[in-house]
Amino acid sequence: MAERFDAIVVGAGPAGSAAALALAREKVSTLLVERGRAAGVKNMFGGRIYAWPLFDLIPGWEKDCPVERFVTREHMVFLSGEASLALEFESPHLASGKAASFTALRPKFDEWLAKKAEAAGATLITGIRVDELLRDGGRVHGIVAGPDRVEADLVILAEGAMAPLAQQAGLAPDLTPAAVSVGVKETIEVPAPVLQERLGLGDRDGAAFVYAGDVSGGARGGGFLYTNKASVSLGLVVSSEDVSRKKLAVPEIMERFRMHPSVQRLIKGGKVLEYSAHLVPELGLGMRARYVANGVLVVGDAAGFLINNGYTFRGVDLAIASGMAAARAAVGARTHGDYSARGLSLYERHLRELNVLTDMETFRAAPGYLKNERLFTLYPRLLLEIAEKVYTVDGSGKPKLSEIVFEEAKGKAPLLKLLRDVIDGARSM
Amino acid sequence: MPSGTLRIIVCIKQVPKAQELQVDPKTQTLKRVGVPSEINPPDANALELALQIKDRQPAEIVVVSMGPTSFDESLERAVAMGADRAFLLTDRILGGSDTVPTAYALSETIRKIGGYDLILCGEETTDASTGHVGPGIAGHLDFPQITYISEIKIVDGKVRARRTAEDGTEWWETAMPCLLTVNFGCTKPRDPTLLGKIRVKRGGVIVHWSCADVGIDPNKVGLKNSPTIVAKVDTVHLPARARKVFQGEPREAVAQLLDALIEDGVVAL
Repeated sequence: MAERFDAIVVGAGPAGSAAALALAREKVSTLLVERGRAAGVKNMFGGRIYAWPLFDLIPGWEKDCPVERFVTREHMVFLSGEASLALEFESPHLASGKAASFTALRPKFDEWLAKKAEAAGATLITGIRVDELLRDGGRVHGIVAGPDRVEADLVILAEGAMAPLAQQAGLAPDLTPAAVSVGVKETIEVPAPVLQERLGLGDRDGAAFVYAGDVSGGARGGGFLYTNKASVSLGLVVSSEDVSRKKLAVPEIMERFRMHPSVQRLIKGGKVLEYSAHLVPELGLGMRARYVANGVLVVGDAAGFLINNGYTFRGVDLAIASGMAAARAAVGARTHGDYSARGLSLYERHLRELNVLTDMETFRAAPGYLKNERLFTLYPRLLLEIAEKVYTVDGSGKPKLSEIVFEEAKGKAPLLKLLRDVIDGARSM
Repeated sequence: MPSGTLRIIVCIKQVPKAQELQVDPKTQTLKRVGVPSEINPPDANALELALQIKDRQPAEIVVVSMGPTSFDESLERAVAMGADRAFLLTDRILGGSDTVPTAYALSETIRKIGGYDLILCGEETTDASTGHVGPGIAGHLDFPQITYISEIKIVDGKVRARRTAEDGTEWWETAMPCLLTVNFGCTKPRDPTLLGKIRVKRGGVIVHWSCADVGIDPNKVGLKNSPTIVAKVDTVHLPARARKVFQGEPREAVAQLLDALIEDGVVAL
């Protein structure tokens, strides 16, 4: 009982399912293999999905896509001790047209997208882990799963951040702590009417919060909070390097974050429904030297396609777009019957056309910039101390704002360093 | 069927997952809807033994079950593990059948499939634990039966099986066709494979039959024609743990702990 497909996609996350869907539409016989019991059960994110690639991939996606809430309000919050300083941006345009973004729960969203791929003709198999690639002198020609082998002209690796097969194929270096962060999340039940009342939201609107400062307990990282229909996703992304170097306990950091008054105010009375964690690839373009090899393409988190520029996190949209780019490259390769790295080389061009590589390159310096510890400790603290002084009126004589700023910054943040950090920030983010 | 191909029938039942059993307080029966299911573990052990025979010699494995269409989940898993085909006898009139109509209905289904050499069943189900159906089928088909077996060898066209007896094990030999019931936990059932799952996806491996398709007499099946009923299901409630904490200096705390244990009759000095 031998089996053969034109293309095998490893992993039915957003990147894999998008690739399989686009391939199936072009009548490329596609096997989509997922190790989880169902698509999405091994995935987790903050999180929010920027919807722009769905408009091309699935016209009419809004009709049955499991959207939690469309994000109409963005927050950036600095925490220090018990104090917080927040920026809030609201605009109805945020949720409209191609700029729309929505909060989602991965088991539901990933399952929806995988089923679309199946409906288009891809063979979706779940509960099977791919152990190895079939290689023949530098050319990949299939996969091995348990006792079985399946041949294909092309294997698309959509296997996620750990990327074991990409490592096997020499397309990715061994993961180091510096290359990944750990994301942890609590899904907290808050009934819809309560949530909407607390945040002043309509029944389809949602809010997204990004937290910096005391959040990450001395490690570089940040917190987030996203509103789902009747729950809240509250979590942290912290640098693995810092966690291991400083011997931090992530659950403790998470607990202190959730106890902050500005967070408690939103989740009070809520029951924790589940606790989950996931790796986040953090090096951007530094992650992977190559996404293309003979018979193989790498997409999504496995290729490191994730942008964290401090105020937005993008992963799912880049994953979906990279899946679409891979499918385009595969169809091109099929026309010439050439699945070598050269035949697949248009993948990179398609990644640019879809603005995946372009955006990754724009924010190429962000990961390096975000390794600056002052961003997570000194500057948020400084901001809050300034705010404290600014807003305290207790009859003891009020200085001007500029005096307060210079007084607080003096000795703590050398002016030159501060200016440098601001300029570097502007350049990289 | 090429001669020399052993034709094995494995009877399986889909049961609620053992770790996640729930009793409906109103009807005093096991909740089956919305609770995760699995192949009855002894049946999975039987299937694994059949697959091991197929590893060693040409064999065809046909899986048979009786139940609602939700049982397809287990039949698909059995095919994905390596069984060749599956038949599900599914019909409303079978509802509420106890082991007597079940043994009758399954044996009629097996007769209709025909051409079998060996029938394997799990020793009993985890949700009813009667152990009746295997022997019942053997009775209807008038086959020799060997129960509680953990190993099978096919030697010179005969079956040799290792049987667990109260004080040890026995080896039995019998001619085919025959029926064996398989011990819980005697094998580690293999995982479904990728090629197996693709076969299932392609379709055509599971056939549904109604009682009319098989020629089953409606007056011999269903709740009305079941000689036994479930009178009551009791749930065992474990007493709450005492949770006493003994604080203080280790010597003192240990002395207090010891006193408490002696008082409770747990320890005697």
